[in-house]
Amino acid sequence: MTAVIAIGTNKGLFLARSEDDRQTWQTSGPHMDMSEIYGVAFDTRSSPPRLHVSSTMSHFGPTVMVSDDLGDTWLERDHAPVAFPESAEAALARVWQIQPGSDRAPDVVWAGTEPSALFKSTDGGLSYELVESLWNHPHRPEWGAGFGGQAIHTVLPHPQDADRVLVAMSTGGVYRTSDGGRSWAPSNTGIKAYFLPDPWPEFGQCVHKVARDADNPDVYYAQNHHGVYRSDDAGATWQSIADGLPSDFGFAMVSHPRKPGVIFNFPLHADSKRHPVDFKCRVFRSADAGMTWEPLSDGLPEAPYYPVVLRDAMCTDNADTAGVYFGTKSGDVFASRDEGDSWTQVTAHLPTVLSVRAAVFD
Amino acid sequence: MQVKVLVPGVLRADSDGAGELAVQLPDGAVMSDLLGQIGAGWPRLARRIADERGQIRRYVNVYVDGEDCRGLSGVDTPLRDGAQVQVIPSVAGG
Repeated sequence: MTAVIAIGTNKGLFLARSEDDRQTWQTSGPHMDMSEIYGVAFDTRSSPPRLHVSSTMSHFGPTVMVSDDLGDTWLERDHAPVAFPESAEAALARVWQIQPGSDRAPDVVWAGTEPSALFKSTDGGLSYELVESLWNHPHRPEWGAGFGGQAIHTVLPHPQDADRVLVAMSTGGVYRTSDGGRSWAPSNTGIKAYFLPDPWPEFGQCVHKVARDADNPDVYYAQNHHGVYRSDDAGATWQSIADGLPSDFGFAMVSHPRKPGVIFNFPLHADSKRHPVDFKCRVFRSADAGMTWEPLSDGLPEAPYYPVVLRDAMCTDNADTAGVYFGTKSGDVFASRDEGDSWTQVTAHLPTVLSVRAAVFD
Repeated sequence: MQVKVLVPGVLRADSDGAGELAVQLPDGAVMSDLLGQIGAGWPRLARRIADERGQIRRYVNVYVDGEDCRGLSGVDTPLRDGAQVQVIPSVAGG
């Protein structure tokens, strides 16, 4: 079994590879040196998986590339793979998220972008087209920008129903379609926006990340800009699951690839104090859909530990015993091959880690 | 008319390795016409220089006969036969 971690940083892509069931890792890179790698994705619908990368060069702008040989060679279309049509009167700043579609739509890949827009590829991620219905949503003029920009950072296609997709943006919140993208509705009931005069608006929330339950596709977990939530009704309503966490602030939210109700989070102290809570490097895991949480730190650095984990810098892999991975703004990357019980350091001293995704394959 | 485009080393993977491009343009052409012609022949190079709205990227400078086109008329800057257009990444980054 081969395992690969794609580590996107603000100065290129690094790839860590393991041939011994994720016990030791060899790291290569940087690929696409000096580019910001906001989005990475393994499309495990093919073997070896197709690796998708969103690259933004500070001088020369954004693009996306794919590799079918795990980074040995890259394919980038000559014409802009992701670009707004002239009618949109907008220019792409960066692609934040690349998300392969469901098994039922094998060539579909989604991209969430800055400014907040959704793009769809039907050729395996080589080229994308704007989803105009969401771009033309009457709420769009009121969507705002968080500190990192205004972007759709989460795209969750339903695993069985190709007509259903959930997206999340900062700021703006969660939106859903159930008719193949012809119409979109905000889906934020129960998510608090403490930073607005009306803290319970229809939309405008700063949702940081949403993950889907492994077993029940109508169950979602959300890390908000303060607030951690679960929805049991496909995103229609949300309830707090923050009580067992030491803080309700953070960026990442990750679900187990197969076990229902198992999720991972990396809490930070607060919006106004963006450090790990008590300066302890700890992942929190819930095995009961957020009702209770346990800290996991075996093998992680001792306190004090200051760097944070960004929204896409934590993930799981697809192994039978799931691996869990995260990278930090100080360039450390950690891996667990036992679902979070214990951790090893994959690599250190990389540039700021923006995104982490991992896959295993024969 | 014809203008000469000087391509920086960092972008030559997008110009088939060429450091100089000879681009044919109609009389009266302006910078946006040149960007369009570059896009027709070397589309990746063109989108490194300008976004999909045709705006020259913030940290790319394009000089026409030694003058930064931003200080002239931007993408409406007139070009002359034999003009030398130099693409230079700006001093930026961290």
